[in-house]
This record gives sequence, C-alpha cells and structure tokens, in this order.
Amino acid sequence: MLDVSVSYDRYRFLGNEFLTWLWHAIEKDQRLLSTIDPEMAALEVGNRMVLENHAHEAPEVVTIKGDDAGLEEAMMALRKGAMVAEMNLHYRSGDHQWRFNLKGESLGVAGLKPPDTGAVESQEEIEGALLERVYLCERVTALMDALYRHFIHLRVSDNWEKETVPILKDWIHSV
Amino acid sequence: MGLLSSSLAITRYRVEGTLPSPLMDAVRDGLKKYRIQDIDNEPSDKAVGWTAWESPFVPAFEGDSFTVGAYFVFSLRIDKKMIPPKIIKKQLTVEIARRMADTDRTHLSRNEKQEIRENILHALSLRIPATPHVYELIWHPTDAWLWFFSNQKAANEELETLFTKTFKTTLIRLFPYTIADLDAGLSPAQRDLLSGLSPTRFKE
Repeated sequence: MLDVSVSYDRYRFLGNEFLTWLWHAIEKDQRLLSTIDPEMAALEVGNRMVLENHAHEAPEVVTIKGDDAGLEEAMMALRKGAMVAEMNLHYRSGDHQWRFNLKGESLGVAGLKPPDTGAVESQEEIEGALLERVYLCERVTALMDALYRHFIHLRVSDNWEKETVPILKDWIHSV
Repeated sequence: MGLLSSSLAITRYRVEGTLPSPLMDAVRDGLKKYRIQDIDNEPSDKAVGWTAWESPFVPAFEGDSFTVGAYFVFSLRIDKKMIPPKIIKKQLTVEIARRMADTDRTHLSRNEKQEIRENILHALSLRIPATPHVYELIWHPTDAWLWFFSNQKAANEELETLFTKTFKTTLIRLFPYTIADLDAGLSPAQRDLLSGLSPTRFKE
C-alpha cells in the first residue's frame, strides 16, 4: 500500500467524486440507494453543502447553508467544474433520524446527531447508553461504507466512463 | 465531543498488528505506562497520555474499568499550557531593560535575549496550569477497528503516535483511498486500477 500521507493527497478527489455521485443518486436514483441499504426510509441532502473547484491555481470554494437555501448555486458550481467537498445529510430508517456532515477528502463524519436515546440518570445506565450510541453510530458508518463500496466498484469499472459519467454530465448540464 | 455528546465527530481507523496475550493485561499495562502525567507546577508546557473515559481528570485503569461489552473505551488527554504572547512580550521587555540598566549597556546580544526569554518561559510554565483537552475513543479489538471522537488534525496525529508507542501496533486512518484499498472488497486487479485513477471532469 502507498504511504498514507501520499495517498491521502493523491486520491483526495475520490471522496469529492463520491459525494457528487451521491448527490445525483439522492436526486435521481433513490431506487439504487434502497437497493444498497434496504432499511433506508430516506436519504436527503441537509442544510449545508460545500463545493470546491480545483481547475484554477487558487481553488474556488462555494458554501451553501441554511434550511431554506436552494441548491441552484451548487449546481452552477458543478457546471463550472466544481465537485462536492462536504455535504450535510439526513438519513431516516424506521422511526429514527440521523443528521451528519460528511467531508469528501477524509470521509470523516462530523456534527453527527444520532436519534435521541433519552437522558442517562444513573451510573448503571451509562454502559447501556454507550452501547446503544455505538450501535446508532454504526448505522451511519455502515451506510457510508455500503454506499462508498458501491461507488468505488463502479469507479474502477468500465461502466464509470461509459455510463455513469455521461449520466452525471446530463444531470449537471441539463438544468 | 464524546460518545454521549449530542453531536459527534468520528475519525475511523483500522488497527494493524498483533497484540500480546493476554490482551486485557497488555492493554491495561500500556494504558498505565503511558497515562497522562500532571505537569502543573512543572516546567513542561505540554503532556500527552491516556486517561479514563469516565474520570478523565483522575486517570485510573484498574480491573476492567476500560472495557464496555466487547469494546475498550478510554480517552486521549492533551494538556497544554497556553501562555499569552503579550505576557511574554511584557516580561521580556521589562527584563531586557533591567539587564541593560544593571550592566550599563544600550543593547544585548541575541544569545542574551534568548536566554532571558527561556528563563521567562520556564518561570511562567511553573506558574500557569495546563489546560486539559480530552478526546474519547472506542476500540473493537476483535474486529480491529477504532473510532476516535475528533477530526482535529493535531489530536489525530498525537493519537497515532501514542497508540503505536503504547501498543506496538499501527493505526491506519480510513479515508477514501485506504477504505477503497483495504475495506471495499476490491480484487487485486481492481486495486491496480484504483492506484491508476485520475480525477473525472464533469465540465463540458
């Protein structure tokens, strides 16, 4: 395997391509997402998205945030060559909802708000609460792993250039 | 931000290497050996070590206190003394002026100024208490994964260094390339293709 710091920088584009592909899947291919995670009730773009364009010497960064913010500017940035670098996601499964930010370059999860599990009132309850928290966090990491696994298998296949890239280009440039 | 916080940040790792047996004793010994040391009233300006999850300011690792179910749960603590630069500047200016007056000179050499600065930092470090920063982690030894509840670059680097020193194993940070290479189930041929990938352009 390549040196970790070298591979982090050299392949950071993979995470941004993954988030861009995921945004398209959320908008246009919910059936695919349900196939990847049969327990999913919904996966939606939340209230924040960051896009980066590295086509120029000084990278351009576009940040869209706010509950009522439209994503027209984000789509405009895609048309100019940007990729999604960070995205807030809302995931629902059963009666539960998770909100979190996913950063492309690291696929690190931040601002994760798992479903409420109630207050911990005694020392004896702490271990149970912790195990429940781990389970709830694992639902998000398992979802991301499954989505990313699907993406990366597609990315190294011939279908990426032949089918997926034209579909994403149509989506980006047809609006 | 920790496991029971309302909002969490997670950096994921894979743990590579074999731990000595019995595992519980090896982990307990490692945690005790590299537990955080108190640097208040000491000249050090920084300390990094392990501490207990439930009592981060009283680091104790007796019995199985660092286990919850199948997991090891403990925290990384980084104590830093933050001396405001303006205090250093004020004391340096005063001390340089005093030294020049005492020796009837109009300026001091660079070495003398450096020596005065070091003495001031030493004296201030003894007086200023360290600010503790606590970062929780959870480690599943059977499945060889670890979650660190921070995305801060400096804290992650301290974790990677101390973990390797303590347990003689390596933490591999999981990010797009390492997840693809290690955890995505790619065949050797697909992994070769992965290493040759270049960015896609969606612009027409």
